[in-house]
Amino acid sequence: MADARENLIAIENVTHAYQTDGHPLPVLEKLTLGVPEHGFTAVVGPSGCGKSTLTRLIAGLMRPDEGSVWLHGEQVVSPRSTVGMAFQNPVLLEWRSILKNVLLPLEIVPTRLSKQDAEDRARHLLHLVGLTGFEDKRPSELSGGMRQRASLCRALIHNPDVLILDEPFGALDAFTREDLWLTMHKLRAKEPFTGVLITHDLRESIFLADEVVVLSDRPATVQHSVSLTREGSPSLDQLYTGESIAILNELREQIRIARNGAGV
Amino acid sequence: MRQYLIPTFAMVIFLVFWEALVWVNDWPNYKMASPSDLWPAFWRFKELFLSYGWETLWRTVVGLLIAIVVGVFLGMIMGFSKVMREGLYPLLVGFNAIPKATVVPIVALMFVGQHDLNTVLIAFMISFFPIAVSVSIGLSTLEPEYRDILRSLGASKLTIFWKIALPKTLPEFFGALKVSVTLAFIGTNLMEIVSPHGRGLGALFDSGKTNSDYPLMFAVLIALAVLGIALYYVVVFLEKIFAGWAERSAD
Repeated sequence: MADARENLIAIENVTHAYQTDGHPLPVLEKLTLGVPEHGFTAVVGPSGCGKSTLTRLIAGLMRPDEGSVWLHGEQVVSPRSTVGMAFQNPVLLEWRSILKNVLLPLEIVPTRLSKQDAEDRARHLLHLVGLTGFEDKRPSELSGGMRQRASLCRALIHNPDVLILDEPFGALDAFTREDLWLTMHKLRAKEPFTGVLITHDLRESIFLADEVVVLSDRPATVQHSVSLTREGSPSLDQLYTGESIAILNELREQIRIARNGAGV
Repeated sequence: MRQYLIPTFAMVIFLVFWEALVWVNDWPNYKMASPSDLWPAFWRFKELFLSYGWETLWRTVVGLLIAIVVGVFLGMIMGFSKVMREGLYPLLVGFNAIPKATVVPIVALMFVGQHDLNTVLIAFMISFFPIAVSVSIGLSTLEPEYRDILRSLGASKLTIFWKIALPKTLPEFFGALKVSVTLAFIGTNLMEIVSPHGRGLGALFDSGKTNSDYPLMFAVLIALAVLGIALYYVVVFLEKIFAGWAERSAD
């Protein structure tokens, strides 16, 4: 158990329950999970199995009932500025321009960047995700996919070493989603981070992550995990190789087992 | 050009129609004064219209400002605390259900002779409710993700309020303020009409009634409408500045 803490993100034996009308609803049970530095782990599992709870625990927005969460070998007891988050809902602030939205975290987190440098960095990130020319637009003037791109830039602006993505592409159409997968690879190459991706899309998980973790039904624990090796530059064709399809089937089988455990 | 021409044209048609209606039916003044009778009434009492118009205006604005402070405060504590919401909401709904016309004599007796205070108080009481409700709904329906993006960076509750909750509630707030402006005017006039030895346009209206000066009464109505329109557009102007982002461009 001790060596788990060598990982940049370490979740040790976490058990957590919500109180609903006085009855405890257990969501996580003895869950242990580690993500090495610059690793990218996808977490998949049945609906409502506690995946989002996991992200809130890593972000320090909640503390587990039992067990502990560690970042960089330090126990997480409260939110920390080295974390970036993006959700299914891009939650951009309508009264700010795209550029000002991206700059928002720097108004909270202490930064060494001058105003000009911060703005340059924001423009650079927007350029990476293909939003050059949209800096001064309002979020309502952008499409769903573009809003999600801007939200990724906001999650990265303060150079977080941990990026938490809670189904960020879940509400997008299939083509836009695939575009964003490629954007994610580009971002990872240029802005190294250690990431956790919550997703319902198994193809997404194997295309983006180094490791895919399958959670069991509530109360969730790690049921299965698959390590992936990546060669060459990422392309969507890699999803249709025999190897990828075999992994996809393996994951589907695991999800089926997880759901049957709940008697669904 | 067009945007000024059409409303002006509509106004002229309205006045012509009104004048014609009185003229064709041969109504006496006590039934309905015609627009052509109003101007002499305005002119005869021009000093009173100016000074009383000012009285009505400042009381309404002060009452409204107090309503904004109290309404935003109540809205904030109801928006942030579920316990406060459950406790305060029924009280507020009950208070709002009481027709304020019945409160007027009570307040007039309570602070007898303090005409300014009474009037401001009624203007405030009648107009704070929409503000409190809209702010509390705006705050309590804030999606948790909005809070989380800042909270996950270690932002304080106050920072989250200033950077996200407050600006996000502004469109609802201004929507309520437009209703409150009109309500505050009703409150001011209720008190001005009822108070003996009152001042303000309501009092002028009342003296028109006691002196059977019907053109004067109608002239007061027009003056009130002008003040009401002016205040309403002040709110619209402020809304454009502070919450203009909520307006989608027409496309």
